[in-house]
Amino acid sequence: MIHFLKSFSLWELLKGLSVTRKKLVAKKITIQYPEDKTPQSPRFRGLHALRRYPSGEERCIGCKLCEAVCPALAITIDTDERDDGTRRTTRYDIDLFKCIFCGFCEEACPVDAIVETRNFEYHFENRGEQVMKKQDLLEIGAKYEEQIAQDRETDAMYR
Amino acid sequence: MTDIVNDESQQDLVTLTIDGVEVKAPRNTMLIEVADQAGVSIPRFCYHKHLSVAANCRMCMVEVEKAPKPLPACATPVSEGMKVYTHSELALDAQKGTMEFLLINHPLDCPVCDQGGECELQDVAMGYGGDVSRFNERKRVVRDKNIGPLVSTDMTRCIHCTRCVRFGSEIAGVSELGATGRGEFMEIGTYVEKSLSSELSGNVIDLCPVGALNAKPSRMKARAWEMVEQSNISAHDSFGSNLIMHTLRNEVIRVVPEENAEVNETWISDRDRFSYEGMYSDNRLTQVMQKNDGEWQPSYWSDALHSIAQTLKQYDAEEIGFLVSPNQSNEEIYLTQKLARALEIKNIDHRVNQIDFEQQHADPAFPWLGQSIADVGKQDAILIIGSDLRSEQPMLAHKVRQANARGAKVFVVNPHYCKFHMPLSGHVVVKPQEWLAKIVGLLAELNNSSKHNVPSDLNMLLSTGKVDSDMAGIAKTLLNVEHSSVLIGNLMQLHYEYSSLRAISYWLSQLTESSFGYVSTASNSAGASLLGALPHRTVMSKTIDEPGMNYQQMIQSPRKVFVLLGLEPEWDCVLPTQTLKALQQAEVVIAINSFTTEGMREYCDWMLPIKCYAEAEGTKINMEGRWQSYFKVVDSDDEIKDGWKILRMLGAELELDGFDYVDIDDVRQEISQSLDNSFGFSNELPSLPKIEIKNWDEGIVFSTGAIPIYSIDSIVRNASSLKQAQDLDESVMMINSIDVEKHGLIEGKWVKVSQDEDSSIFKCVINNKIEPGTVYIPRGLPRSEKLGGVYAPVQLKNLSVA
Repeated sequence: MIHFLKSFSLWELLKGLSVTRKKLVAKKITIQYPEDKTPQSPRFRGLHALRRYPSGEERCIGCKLCEAVCPALAITIDTDERDDGTRRTTRYDIDLFKCIFCGFCEEACPVDAIVETRNFEYHFENRGEQVMKKQDLLEIGAKYEEQIAQDRETDAMYR
Repeated sequence: MTDIVNDESQQDLVTLTIDGVEVKAPRNTMLIEVADQAGVSIPRFCYHKHLSVAANCRMCMVEVEKAPKPLPACATPVSEGMKVYTHSELALDAQKGTMEFLLINHPLDCPVCDQGGECELQDVAMGYGGDVSRFNERKRVVRDKNIGPLVSTDMTRCIHCTRCVRFGSEIAGVSELGATGRGEFMEIGTYVEKSLSSELSGNVIDLCPVGALNAKPSRMKARAWEMVEQSNISAHDSFGSNLIMHTLRNEVIRVVPEENAEVNETWISDRDRFSYEGMYSDNRLTQVMQKNDGEWQPSYWSDALHSIAQTLKQYDAEEIGFLVSPNQSNEEIYLTQKLARALEIKNIDHRVNQIDFEQQHADPAFPWLGQSIADVGKQDAILIIGSDLRSEQPMLAHKVRQANARGAKVFVVNPHYCKFHMPLSGHVVVKPQEWLAKIVGLLAELNNSSKHNVPSDLNMLLSTGKVDSDMAGIAKTLLNVEHSSVLIGNLMQLHYEYSSLRAISYWLSQLTESSFGYVSTASNSAGASLLGALPHRTVMSKTIDEPGMNYQQMIQSPRKVFVLLGLEPEWDCVLPTQTLKALQQAEVVIAINSFTTEGMREYCDWMLPIKCYAEAEGTKINMEGRWQSYFKVVDSDDEIKDGWKILRMLGAELELDGFDYVDIDDVRQEISQSLDNSFGFSNELPSLPKIEIKNWDEGIVFSTGAIPIYSIDSIVRNASSLKQAQDLDESVMMINSIDVEKHGLIEGKWVKVSQDEDSSIFKCVINNKIEPGTVYIPRGLPRSEKLGGVYAPVQLKNLSVA
């Protein structure tokens, strides 16, 4: 009986329109990308970077823990002994098509060398460019170092 | 209930309980051994089943009922009614305490440590350690030592378990590593900085429970978890050690032993461990190469095989000679001889380190040890005639040393002084020209006292035999002990009187009821003999009526076409100059090899690349007659082919029957079908050569020598770290100071050594361990390739002014 009345009074339609009316005057949640941007967490997981110490020495020691933990097998590392006797990578490749941005590499790293920056706006123009080489990653690290360091510090107390 | 019984003390068993499980074990066995066999794990660092008990790491503490304190399981013998708790509160507390102390000075640099992921300290710390360190003081730092090109050190990581120290004194027989200082200041090192010289030194890498000792050639190349491990067998000596090869992205990173109690226990020689580097040498042959008007040009397999087939058809079968390396696999050897015999070529030989073939019809079906490898360790007396055992067969030398440690007497009769790592009961150094007379003397002495008799043909000879006092002792011991062996080695095979020396050695073994064995150097001498890479025998040692030419005959009356399989004749053959001359005279030389040499580029017309041991698969027969398979571990370049495939394609190109194998298993099946029991495991010598003792003029200087340990085959020669470890000045000849004076030589100056028409120059070094009247020249090296046979009269001439 109630069902019968509801269908004749267009109750469902009115209920739907009431949502539309509410949202018509409510504050918008969409933004005008790229002019406007959503705020990001310091834990944002975007494009990868390899960091250096303030002295300029690269942090990565080639322990291959990130390679081992990577669930998508996106990381490939070759290591060798550098002339000064330290363990260093001779190759550090991340295939961004394989990467699922889970952030495990960052968590596994004992020296905070591989990190994920806030940058998610990048593109490739040629086939093969999606494989980030060690030099590319170090350059990204140099470019965003200030932001990266600040984010690590903000997050340090929760880690 | 688990029974741990070993046959020696079956009667004297005690019953004990470990963690509530009742176990029976022989009295006085150490608790940790019993627990291991019962499947109860007790953490340990210093204990190792093949080493003595040191009980210095204190990690294996367990609680034993009625004992006031926890006891170390590795040093506590089991007794009747013992109740052991390995995981009780007391035991765990003791283990946790020990772990904390061990970690105090351990650097915890696991991310950069090569041991990380397979580290015993890491594993035990996970299981038994605490999770937070209470130690805030400064950690100890120890300077790294340079102990040679094979083993890298990070001594800060050392936990002083002393396994490496005990390995040196108990297994390798050379105490090179030791501990200096006490407590906090204790350091493991070589006392005076030097390289490890032991031929088994690489085993300390496996023994070290932490990352203090690691493999230098593979340092920082890979982590333990990412490598793929595959079984293989040794390619360098007929011992046939079982190996595990660790590979990463199609590259061999390192080699470790695979445990086989009957063969290599848990050890391997450095040669087996580091030779893989040879595969990556610049001398690798990676393309089919053809010589056109003196210029080398790359070619295609199809063209090459077609031309080679044409060439082989073009020449008479007698004009073609096949020289096969005794290091090749059974399949390759079988197919080579099948191909040769299908073309009616009889000139095929693998015995490139022999010059006396008089008694080849008396050769055994395949040269073998006369006993199992494990039995060598159980002998009471061993007489080694003509072998620098440590360099020829490092692992067999270990077995002999094992017998020696049990109390066996070891005697050596060699043409030059060889270093042994055990106290020898007799080390007789004879001049090569007097070798025969010397052992004839020994046989004469034995003939008088033995209850057995020599064949009557020998009586005449023995009546002239004189025995020295040093030989008399050998005779007496061999007669009196129960288990004895006579082993003949490579240094004898090189001799120009090999047949006679072998016959006398054989009768020595018969008179003393000893087993008689061959210590064949190459990894598949047995297979090469059994599968017919011989001019006078075909597969399964069936005799051919009209034998073809042996190695020496092929060289002396050079053939027009030579096919070389896996050989680098200038270094692998006993007559380098003669062989090179023969090859240069030949019209066509076809080399099927993994490597090239400068010489090869000169005398060859075709070079076909063949896969190296870790890239191919096959089977080999070791010195105790054990057939072992080895497998493909890594891929090679596409142009490099399997040996059996090359021979199969060549057979097909020649339109021969029976070369339509699809798989290597087809070849194997054909070999096993031809296996019948017509040959036995027997080293019996059915006939005697005409033995005559020649008298040489006293003034004549004879050369003697051997191939250095890391120059023994092409793979080892190309392995860079082993080359560094060999640290050999190949220009040095060693001579006694008496001869230096007699021939007017000057120490450290150049000497021209002439042998027949050939000559080479060497630097004169005085070594009074060399017998007067002989000169030691290292063989198988670029400088000695200009000389002839190993034992021969030489003239010495000083080239420099005083």
